[in-house]
Amino acid sequence: MTLYPALVVCEHCDSVYRKHDLDHDEVARCGRCRAVLYRASRLDIDHLLALTLTAAIVFVIANVSPVIRITVGGMHNEANLLQAISALSQGSALIVGLVAAATLFLVPLLQIVLLGWVLLFARAGRRAPGFGFAMRVLHHIRPWSMTEVFLLGVLVAIVKLSGMLNVIAGPGTYATVVLTVLVTVIAKRDVRILWGRLSGDTDVEWGT
Amino acid sequence: MTALAPRAHELGIVGCHTCGSACSADLPRCPRCGSPLHRRKPDSLARTWAFLIAALILYIPSNVLPVMYTSMLGRGEASTILHGVVEFWKSGSWDIALLIFIASVAVPSTKFLVLGTLLVTVQRRSTWARQQRARLYRFVELIGYWSMLDVVVVALVSALVQFHLLGTAEPRLGIVFFGLVVVLTMCAAMSFDPRLIWDDADGSE
Ligand SMILES: [Zn+2]
Ligand SMILES: [Zn+2]
Repeated sequence: MTLYPALVVCEHCDSVYRKHDLDHDEVARCGRCRAVLYRASRLDIDHLLALTLTAAIVFVIANVSPVIRITVGGMHNEANLLQAISALSQGSALIVGLVAAATLFLVPLLQIVLLGWVLLFARAGRRAPGFGFAMRVLHHIRPWSMTEVFLLGVLVAIVKLSGMLNVIAGPGTYATVVLTVLVTVIAKRDVRILWGRLSGDTDVEWGT
Repeated sequence: MTALAPRAHELGIVGCHTCGSACSADLPRCPRCGSPLHRRKPDSLARTWAFLIAALILYIPSNVLPVMYTSMLGRGEASTILHGVVEFWKSGSWDIALLIFIASVAVPSTKFLVLGTLLVTVQRRSTWARQQRARLYRFVELIGYWSMLDVVVVALVSALVQFHLLGTAEPRLGIVFFGLVVVLTMCAAMSFDPRLIWDDADGSE
């Protein structure tokens, strides 16, 4: 036997446990290092897919509508997320502009698209084409998703500018609030159990 | 004391980093997801040191150099991160000042101290306060990316204040160094293998 589906290995200290069924909202913790081993999985695929599709719509709104609008002496100006990223990418600051583009735009977009793709097929109990690739990418990009940091940045920028200008939060800010909640909810669910649930027992898949 | 669970190497098992499966230790790749299997992250200590030291070096220019240049109504100034904190404090927004201070100064400093401590104690194969050190590591992983806050603020202000005659704002080199510090400290935290905290002097690594 090469795979032990009944066992769970703690990612933080390598302790091995036998999996138990958990009650609602129960969390299994490692006895050695106290890290979370796994949570009660009430992964409702329909529910998660609906949230992901909503996130996709909100993502578009959050990116095209202005997050902040300022007025001074009869002139006004507004900016959305993409304009902020391009303003940051001027001249020597290009590298940090690329970092911002990746963490605030590209990674959340990939999360929504890949999760939507995988779930769309998971509804029918099937593995999507490129399932393994999508799941591995989802796992690796997760730490680089920073929508909530953008939201806090909007708040700070509003306070910073309100000292000298007339500042109002635009529709993009409200969309970002919703997006932050949705991305947190869908990314927090451990979709890794899909590996087991859709694997078809001993079906071996070697990636892309 | 209650008996602790056996560890993976004692059972000839390796946990897959990507999909979490428990696999036989003799396999090169995970049978479920195809990712390469490692008992420990490869070259964990050397990589973590490298990222951490690089971050520490860049942390100096990121604090000394201005992160943004603003000119409002003919009055232009280049401000550093700490300068921004002081400005908020003076204008009465002590809560925002505190927020930026935590994200831009306290979080990176904490990461340097915690990761440095973890590296040194692991290299000495210390058994001191293992559970606390394991918690510290998870804490550092959790808070790390909030440091990106200042980058977002500079981006937004630069995009908004573009009134040519009345005023402009643009990013300066300091924010590049600062952004790189955040990325490098995140890479350092990801390169560190927390399982090393629990490896004994006699146990196989
Ligand atoms: Zn553990
Ligand atoms: Zn795997």
